[in-house]
Amino acid sequence: MSEKRAQCLTGKGVTKVFGLGDKKTVAVDHVDFDFREGEIISIVGESGSGKTTLSKMLLGLISVSEGEVMFQGKPRDISTNQKKKEYWKGIQAIFQDPFSSYNTFNKIDSVLLDCINMRGGKSLPYDQKFEMMREACSFVNLEFKELTNKYPFELSGGQMQRLMIARIFLLKPKILLADEPTSMIDACSRATILDMLLKLRDEINMTIIFITHDIGLAYYISDSVYIMEHGKFVEHGKAEDVILHPKATYTQRLINDVPKIYEEWDLSTV
Amino acid sequence: MKNTLRQVFHSPKFVIGFVIFAALLLTTIIYPIIVTADPLEMVGNGNFFKPGTYVSVKDSVEGTRYTLNVDVKAGSLDSKISAEDKESMKEWLTKFGGVAEADINLEDTEGLIALWEANYSEDADQPGLTASRKKYFVRLNKNIDGVLLDSDVIIAQKDPETGELVESATIGSKEFVNTKDVANKKTFILGTDNFGRDVLTELVDATKTSLRVGLIAGIIATLIGLFLGLISGYMGGVVDDLIMFITNMFTVIPSFVLLILISYSVGQNARGVNLVGIIIGLTSWTWTTRSVRSQVISLRNRDHVNLSKLSGHSMMRIVLTDILPYLASYVVMAFILQISSGILSEAQLSMLGLGPSTSNAATLGLMMNWATAYAAPLNGSWWAYFPVVVTIALIAFSLNLMNTGLDQVFNPQLRD
Repeated sequence: MSEKRAQCLTGKGVTKVFGLGDKKTVAVDHVDFDFREGEIISIVGESGSGKTTLSKMLLGLISVSEGEVMFQGKPRDISTNQKKKEYWKGIQAIFQDPFSSYNTFNKIDSVLLDCINMRGGKSLPYDQKFEMMREACSFVNLEFKELTNKYPFELSGGQMQRLMIARIFLLKPKILLADEPTSMIDACSRATILDMLLKLRDEINMTIIFITHDIGLAYYISDSVYIMEHGKFVEHGKAEDVILHPKATYTQRLINDVPKIYEEWDLSTV
Repeated sequence: MKNTLRQVFHSPKFVIGFVIFAALLLTTIIYPIIVTADPLEMVGNGNFFKPGTYVSVKDSVEGTRYTLNVDVKAGSLDSKISAEDKESMKEWLTKFGGVAEADINLEDTEGLIALWEANYSEDADQPGLTASRKKYFVRLNKNIDGVLLDSDVIIAQKDPETGELVESATIGSKEFVNTKDVANKKTFILGTDNFGRDVLTELVDATKTSLRVGLIAGIIATLIGLFLGLISGYMGGVVDDLIMFITNMFTVIPSFVLLILISYSVGQNARGVNLVGIIIGLTSWTWTTRSVRSQVISLRNRDHVNLSKLSGHSMMRIVLTDILPYLASYVVMAFILQISSGILSEAQLSMLGLGPSTSNAATLGLMMNWATAYAAPLNGSWWAYFPVVVTIALIAFSLNLMNTGLDQVFNPQLRD
């Protein structure tokens, strides 16, 4: 199925090296990937496997040491600030920790207004902007009237993360990079947030790159899965193939590490 | 914001520091309104007049006199013969006068003088005494004789025609004047300095000037430090390397040496109060730069900064709205310390004679410089330098206390 979709974000030999000489650390080691439009792709790995470094490279927040990233079939060009700004119209992110994702000195209004301005709505009358913000908030089950003139830290973690999704709703990017967006949220809010992400995907035909350490979650939501170990992709393919019939030992280990209810947890493999 | 302020004013350290500083600041503002005299007016014709009230002798003599039946002898004896003299008298009497130590009571000045009169002799055999010490006792003896002389003081006026002195009044030892009757009097709470200026008025003016120097130095150092630290920390790479190279160079050269060299090369006449403040500011920004830079480096990788980048904000806007507000408390603290060190630097510089050289302003450092130059510590004129030292200490103490208090509010790990 994925073969029919258009190429969205592909990479060849993407590498990130920190430091020089003896202190050199290869965080991401020659990875190849092919993310298709409208798919949900999960990148699964344990802490320190290079997931976040890869996501920052994909976002263009840090430079790529080696290799090439292609965006919509063309080589990605983020050499100037103007081009970066253009690129960020196509790719957006939700971060792991909602509490540190917001500038505590800015009001919620300004967070959402920034998104409208970025989509070229700077000159719109305020009524229209207000309507857009209200719509975005109601999409994530928030009441904009209650949020206006409030600061992000006055919200709960789940509400903050939903506000992040409202942001994405306004920005309508081609790709959403979700870096463990639910790991700091309680289980109930987690389901709501995942639901909203899926709903948003259907609404604007967005590619979601879902970065997580939770292989169960990856299986639940994704079309294809990339398993990452020590900066390398050890296995990738359709979610069912990879998780139900894992080939790499690392994948098997990850699957065994998921605690199961009503079953004794085999700690010897941890 | 409101909450933070409330927290800040609940920190006892900050409040104590703030109260001391506010008191000093208010004094420098209110005092000149009450005492309008020029702080640099040379009132006293001479060096280092003691603290106290000075009444006009002429007014006292010409004013109404009251005779009081009080014992004036003991009082004047006590004021004219010092405790040191009494010790010396006791020493002489026990060593050479043959008086038992138990018979001498230093509290009873009259008794001591009676013993002295009875036993002292210039020609007595005084083994072990140096010639100068012997002379000292001769002088002391004469002094005591003078004190004991209880004759009236005669006031005489010159006859304009003959030029002869005509006695117009005599003043007995029991005659008094009411100080309220004396029209001309002047109180120097802290005496006068080497130029005959009122030390208190000068001190208040100097505190104001020194605070201004500190403020100018603090603002300049903080602005430069903040600007370089933000750019260096946020941009990284070559810009960071270059700025840190310059900063390290300035850190390695002791800033005080640099301060001396710049002050010296600017020249004596050009060095005004503001210029000294600017020079101090220009040499003391390195610390702020380094610490702001390290804070920015830890801030620039936070998610909210990344989010701001993804929202397409310019670098300028990210620095100003996403990084600077998080540094604000830190910068305020650095600023407070810079003011305090600016004031201290000015004092050090002025002590070396490289401070503001204007004759129309006093600074705390200049007052110290004058007091030292005119040997106030040697001749016992404590009022010329001690209040200055106390003021400098209070300013530095209060500012540092405020800084520590703020640190505890903003850094929860330091809370008691």
